[in-house]
Amino acid sequence: MSATNPIPARPDTPRVAVRTGSMTGAEAIIRCLEAEGVDICWGIPGGAILPLYDAWARVEHSVRHILVRHEQGAGHMAQGYARATGKVGVCIGTSGPGATNLVTPVADAFLDSTPLIVITGQVPTHLIGSDAFQEADTTGIFMPITKHSYLITDVRDIPRVFREAFHIARTGRPGPVLVDIPKDLANATFDFSYPEEIDLPGYRPTQTGHPLQVQSAAEAIARARRPVLYVGGGVLNADACTELHAFAEAVGIPVVTTLMAKGAFPDSHPLCLGLPGMHGSKFANWAMNRADLLVTIGARFDDRVTGKLDAFAPGAKVIHMDIDPAEIDKNRKADVPIVGELRQVLPALTVAYLDLRAEDRIASKREWKDQVEEWRFKHPFRYRRVGPLKTQFVMERFRDLLADRDVIWTTGVGQHQMWAAQWLKVEKPRHFITSGGLGTMGFGVPAAIGAQMAYPDKTVINIDGDGCFQMTMQELATAVSYDVPAIHAILNNGWLGMVRQWQQLFHGERYSETLLRNDLPDYVKLAESFGALGLRAETEADVDRVIMEAVESRRPCVIDFRVDHEEKVYPMVPAGAGSSEMIDEPWDNDWVEDGV
Amino acid sequence: MHHTLSVLVENSPGVLARVAGLFSRRGFNIESLAVGPTERDDRSRITLRVDCSQHSIGQVVKQLYKLINVLKVNELTADDAIERELMIVRVTAQPADRADLIRLGEVFGARVCDVGPTSLMFECLEHPDKLHAFEEILKPYGVKELVRTGRVALRKSTPERTRSGRMRVLA
Ligand SMILES: Cc1ncc(C[n+]2csc(CCOP(=O)(O)OP(=O)(O)O)c2C)c(N)n1
Ligand SMILES: [Mg+2]
Repeated sequence: MSATNPIPARPDTPRVAVRTGSMTGAEAIIRCLEAEGVDICWGIPGGAILPLYDAWARVEHSVRHILVRHEQGAGHMAQGYARATGKVGVCIGTSGPGATNLVTPVADAFLDSTPLIVITGQVPTHLIGSDAFQEADTTGIFMPITKHSYLITDVRDIPRVFREAFHIARTGRPGPVLVDIPKDLANATFDFSYPEEIDLPGYRPTQTGHPLQVQSAAEAIARARRPVLYVGGGVLNADACTELHAFAEAVGIPVVTTLMAKGAFPDSHPLCLGLPGMHGSKFANWAMNRADLLVTIGARFDDRVTGKLDAFAPGAKVIHMDIDPAEIDKNRKADVPIVGELRQVLPALTVAYLDLRAEDRIASKREWKDQVEEWRFKHPFRYRRVGPLKTQFVMERFRDLLADRDVIWTTGVGQHQMWAAQWLKVEKPRHFITSGGLGTMGFGVPAAIGAQMAYPDKTVINIDGDGCFQMTMQELATAVSYDVPAIHAILNNGWLGMVRQWQQLFHGERYSETLLRNDLPDYVKLAESFGALGLRAETEADVDRVIMEAVESRRPCVIDFRVDHEEKVYPMVPAGAGSSEMIDEPWDNDWVEDGV
Repeated sequence: MHHTLSVLVENSPGVLARVAGLFSRRGFNIESLAVGPTERDDRSRITLRVDCSQHSIGQVVKQLYKLINVLKVNELTADDAIERELMIVRVTAQPADRADLIRLGEVFGARVCDVGPTSLMFECLEHPDKLHAFEEILKPYGVKELVRTGRVALRKSTPERTRSGRMRVLA
């Protein structure tokens, strides 16, 4: 048996031939983007980045620029695009405030391992350090939230820096890379050509999983009685969902997909247990907690998944597969670590497992699978359809009405996000795009616009909160001016609902500064003032109609769903508690004796 | 538990900030840090003394390797490495005490580098533990000012040790 296999690591995207010769630094940047196959980017001009924008208008090229209304929007649009396509997203801002407005999306991309190139203008070289107008220490500010960053100090470095920046952003564990360009260097002229070779002696991102570890992993899976696949967003970044599917079916054991991994394995697959963690299902959490083996694939034992680490899956051995060696043993000790490209590791593991003798493989998992099935059958997500319209009901209608469409979902952050994760069914990779690591309110609107620009013909729906929507709603102007028909469904409870939930449960119902009002603004009129379609649903009877009207309009659209503000997201593992300390609605507490 | 790391880095702008920033962001404790040029113009070597009571040294090393400009990280143990540090210290020295102090300095291999009416200044290039001992000896006389460079270290080239695998290269 052999644990090596012929599937190559994801190749670096081939570069496109571009104009060479004498040109300004600004034009060179556009040529670099062309060479990397970039066809779209998002940004806002300003003093220090003006030379680049001038070149945009002056030279002929193939890179479309989208003028946004706030740089945060540019960053999240680039993220939405990158996460929907797997390509590198590009965003641009001027020096000082342009750069600082990009901090949030870049931090978001860093925590969720999204490949971005962030281009910022800088004050001219001779003014750096003088507190010049709109000067900020951009590389300093971005250092802890980027995979790497560059300050250009010589115009001739531009081609090399961009070649390296794209390579670093998209290979290994992807992430954002910043390139800061002083204005004088953007105006300087030099002889441009794009390098083929890269010389980064300190960067060796791709590795092949160690064959002996792969073999131990296969044997551990074969021996395990209660194994669970714990799948994270790394599988999507590695484009290894097909390989995951083959592996999961070969071993035939339950699959838990984290928030970041939703869609990496089909939600409707009989093995899929879906969301674990703070608002995960009882069956997903119980399965992990009772497991004797966690087969961890591109996941990182985040505290929102594990709860109290010491109490998490106490009886489980851990196989940990990841491209990033620093994730191994960071939060949870791995018994079998495998560092490598999942596109190589997963097939190798599948083969190694199937090569084991049949009698070694069937250390019976039957009982375990029956147990998990029973939990799943007896304890699904539940809510009561009494009183005002419930977000869960709206999610169910979105799910059922659009089941045969290829919908890409984005979300804000809060209760609505958790209900989207619990109730929507996502069958395909890169069709559920949410801010997981940073939990950025305001992510949904621009991420949906970016994803829709990547796939103009798909249906893109942003499941948003009223609080979140108000953080980036100015991008409706971008959506309307470029005719981007993504739907923004506001689950309008008039509150910062998730914070209210914590105040209710853990802070003696003192609702300190969380009331927003559901009629402020009037979201229908607001949409109309932007030239978008505005719709409203106040009762269950309205829901199907507004959904279908929005989807069929193919226009930028806002739906104001007036939903219950008392409803809470359950089940819930309180922060810092073990997942066995899950709490639930009083009427849905009959499960305690089944719990673990 | 303390560890000495020898970190070979590319001599690119901001590399020291990246290393220092990593330590503060991840909550790793640095006891000392010394940076300087190497045999190659385009490389610097950073010698770090790390307190690993909160984090494993493995995690520190792996995080360092994630920095694009970091080329090699070696953990050096006392057996495998030559470790040195420079200390300069000004100590109170009444004329009556001078002879005593100078003799003590000789014992520690320290050199008198400045003499004042009521003070002496020593420079001492030694293993950090020895510097500590010297400082303790001087204290009763009155240490007025003291500075240390932070330790620097290089691996010894004893082939027996390398073969027996006692030297740890963390990759
Ligand atoms: C930028 C930002 N600020 C604050 C928070 C903290 N926070 C998390 S959820 C939440 C409430 C979100 O309210 P809303 O968008 O109305 O969603 P709901 O929970 O009501 O569904 C807040 C304030 C955050 N995640 N992001
Ligand atoms: Mg709300």
